[in-house]
Amino acid sequence: MDVNLITIFILAIFVGNEIINKVPPTLHTPLMSGSNAISGIAIVGALLAIKVGGEIGTYIGLAALICATINVVGGFLVTDRMLKMFKKK
Amino acid sequence: MNLFYLISAVCFILGLKRLSHPRTARSGNFLAALGMLIAIAATLASSNVLDLNLILIGVGVGALIGFLFATRVQMTEMPQMVAIFNGLGGAASALIASAEFLSNPNSPYIIVCLSVFIGSLTFTGSFIAFGKLQGIISGRAITFKGQQLFNALIAIASLVLILIPNLITSDLMTAFIVIIILALILGVGLTIPIGGADMPVVISLLNSYSGVAAAATGFLIDNQALIISGSLVGASGLILTNIMCKGMNRSLANVIFGAVGAESSTGSSAEGKEMNIKSYSTTEAAMILDAAEKIIIVPGYGLAVAQAQHVAREVADALESKGKKVYYAIHPVAGRMPGHMNVLLAEANVSYDLLKDLDEINPEFEDCDVALILGANDVVNPAARHDQSSPIYGMPILNVDKSKTVIINKRSMNPGFAGVQNELFGYDNSIMVFGDAKDMLNSLLKEIKEL
Repeated sequence: MDVNLITIFILAIFVGNEIINKVPPTLHTPLMSGSNAISGIAIVGALLAIKVGGEIGTYIGLAALICATINVVGGFLVTDRMLKMFKKK
Repeated sequence: MNLFYLISAVCFILGLKRLSHPRTARSGNFLAALGMLIAIAATLASSNVLDLNLILIGVGVGALIGFLFATRVQMTEMPQMVAIFNGLGGAASALIASAEFLSNPNSPYIIVCLSVFIGSLTFTGSFIAFGKLQGIISGRAITFKGQQLFNALIAIASLVLILIPNLITSDLMTAFIVIIILALILGVGLTIPIGGADMPVVISLLNSYSGVAAAATGFLIDNQALIISGSLVGASGLILTNIMCKGMNRSLANVIFGAVGAESSTGSSAEGKEMNIKSYSTTEAAMILDAAEKIIIVPGYGLAVAQAQHVAREVADALESKGKKVYYAIHPVAGRMPGHMNVLLAEANVSYDLLKDLDEINPEFEDCDVALILGANDVVNPAARHDQSSPIYGMPILNVDKSKTVIINKRSMNPGFAGVQNELFGYDNSIMVFGDAKDMLNSLLKEIKEL
């Protein structure tokens, strides 16, 4: 395993810690659904698995692609729907 | 190629940062979505061996389902929805790792298995959580004898198969399949003993797992976008998990293994004592509210179940128009997921600066005339402060009992999800108004307007 990848992994955890610690309780649900949509980044891996003539790997990749797309599209849309409602009068 | 992934990672980080204030949050979410679009476009452009027709089908089907989910779901059902999305995220990671392993058996076995293991566990765990929230499976903790030993054995067996498979078999493909099955079982095993009131912790934890699964898959396919985003989400889920545990004054281990809320754990000291319950009509409650100046509304899961958030806001409006001050007290674990009550009240058009969290609102109860409890129970139980035998002892609560009068709306005298009878109901300054929250508030609204 590449040390560079581990470095990126560790640094990203620190960044995540820093920025998310400041989210107020009011926004916890949108944070969760929004970050959930971001974890749909697995869609990139699913795309790369769908190769021409890739047989079984391609079909499993297709299943992964459907799951990940639901996650991405549904996640960002529902987060937007919630955030639209947060208003100050 | 990696440059584009870097740009999308920056979009995710800035997007999450903007999510920390209601004013900028919407643009933050948009920025994150843009980052995702960049990553997808860059991936499609990077390879010429991809089957674009199949991809179009997959994206079309997924986008349609995602769109329907996102636009149809009720705000009260948000916890279920997040549970499903966590599960699908886990499933996607597990499937990608499987696809990689099946098309290239020489892929690094340990990483394949870690990714498949975390992903599969997240998948079944999330769907059990969904079932509990939706009421398909009992929301109570489901326990059986030897449960923890059973889970521990599965976990150990899986670890051995992942780290030192040669001890058991030389056939890695068989080991791989057994690991998937064990992980699927473990996801169920770890989630069924968790009671409804502990759901905010579980949902946060599964959220974290779905990120970790994506990061593990990133290591496998050597993709930095997955590693960065996966660890961001893993960290975010873990932070929420911690906040939720603090909100209940319990350790993560206690939530996962404690099985609070099982049928057997109803041993509370308040149970033996006679309580003097005073049941009032909405007319009497309206008169008490009419005489009050400062009112704090305490919403709980019951409000969500009754879909009473809109009429609750109408009652608050009616009181405000009579010159009264109305605030909302939000306990960190009120409802079934972090921030559940805030979203409901935002949907009902309540200004977010009226929603006060625990530390901010607790001193306010001292000079509060009426605390109006709508479907909350354990989070207002004073036993948490003094009764060491109570399962919720030590949990930070909203000090509603310090108010001059506490009006509690409940459907019946059934105990809350922690299975504890609430001694607050018998206090001298407490009065109960029984009935469904929505019906009760509707008739209360009428009475207030007529006064």
